[in-house]
Amino acid sequence: MSYKFDFAFLAERWPDFVAGAWLTIQLTVVSIALGLAVGTVCALLRVYGNRWVRAPVAFYVELIRNTPLLVQIFIVYFGLSSLGLKLSAEVSAVIALVVNMGAYTTEIMRAGIQSIQRTQLEAADCLGLTRLQTIVHVVLLPAMERVYPALSSQFVLLMLASSITSQISTEELTATANLVQSDTYRSFEVYIIVAVVYLALSVLYRFAFWLIGLVLFARKRKLGTAL
Amino acid sequence: MIQLNANHFIYLLQAAQWTLLLSLIAFVGGSVVGLAVALLRVSRIGVLRVLASGYIQLIQGTPLLIVLFLSYFGLGIMGFKLVPIVAAGLSLTLYAAAFLGEIWRGCIEAVPRTQWEASDCLGLNRFQQYAWVILPQAVKIAIPPTVGFMVQIVKNTSLASVIGFVELARAGQIVNNSTFEPFTIFTIVAAIYFAMCYPLSLAARALERKAHAGR
Repeated sequence: MSYKFDFAFLAERWPDFVAGAWLTIQLTVVSIALGLAVGTVCALLRVYGNRWVRAPVAFYVELIRNTPLLVQIFIVYFGLSSLGLKLSAEVSAVIALVVNMGAYTTEIMRAGIQSIQRTQLEAADCLGLTRLQTIVHVVLLPAMERVYPALSSQFVLLMLASSITSQISTEELTATANLVQSDTYRSFEVYIIVAVVYLALSVLYRFAFWLIGLVLFARKRKLGTAL
Repeated sequence: MIQLNANHFIYLLQAAQWTLLLSLIAFVGGSVVGLAVALLRVSRIGVLRVLASGYIQLIQGTPLLIVLFLSYFGLGIMGFKLVPIVAAGLSLTLYAAAFLGEIWRGCIEAVPRTQWEASDCLGLNRFQQYAWVILPQAVKIAIPPTVGFMVQIVKNTSLASVIGFVELARAGQIVNNSTFEPFTIFTIVAAIYFAMCYPLSLAARALERKAHAGR
């Protein structure tokens, strides 16, 4: 093998990679926050709503989970603009990621909510908690605590999937890589660098979610014991 | 500009066959490598366990898209010119192997310890234990999540479009370039993907219910 690695372009182009990574972080943080909100509301509707609410939510979840993110992104960006709704690439990317994230979060949160026993709700009633208090403190937080590992790995998967938004010219990390490699012809080096950056990001995200978990679920019992 | 017509639809369906073929390649390749990864992951030799989990961390921590670019453009520049289907098949195999390896490790570990002890007492060696006692039981546990993961494989073959492999998503782009009706076309493309994935999702759910029937 006579191939010589040459990372010299980094000296000049590293700000591009930093900017790309920063946009990736921005895109994913916004999408995770909104997607979690959408998913939580849908999960509540899915469990406690009547038939007319449950069916559309189930349809939404199945539709999104059984079609590729790439096609969803194309429908939002190219499809909606052809119908007259012109959105920028970044906005389209966030919409597609939120819709996608929402469907997966719905399923995860639904599992959590369904694991909350009826007696918990009855106890909350007896204590005179309002409906909102019950939902937040008795249903949602314990439910989220139980499914938190699944949620956080889904968040990391979303961060990785955000690379797909490069296909509609969102200037995030992968699109930056494509741009730099077409300028320098150093595709192997460029993609290795970007792979390492993504790897670092996913480690960073896991660490961040672990920290958030510590703060959010101040542990009153040992992890792994029955709730 | 050409009107969208039945020929376009047939073209999309033909492209869907390539999606299925690529999914099959990824699943078969991913199963073979994935089984090896799963077995290494539960190996008694520490180095092998570390290697396998390093591989899983690496693949699960990088986007499939980057793996695709690396195997297509990267290896191409190093002198290994891969045709798109080989590059896509290779990347999806690596991807599927990491996830299936991790799923199957869980299934192997879910086989009760007593089964290991009992087969030890019967004087079976390590290979016999795996072949006759542990794996047959692990397979039973593994079927529902494996079918579920096949949905992910089918959906992720759409990424092969970025290296120019004409499967369903790429065919949708090609049709769109000549007719420019993106909303209709990508909705049809999504519907075809749904038709391929939803039966798998239903099957996974039914199998799961069956597996848990005793509980």
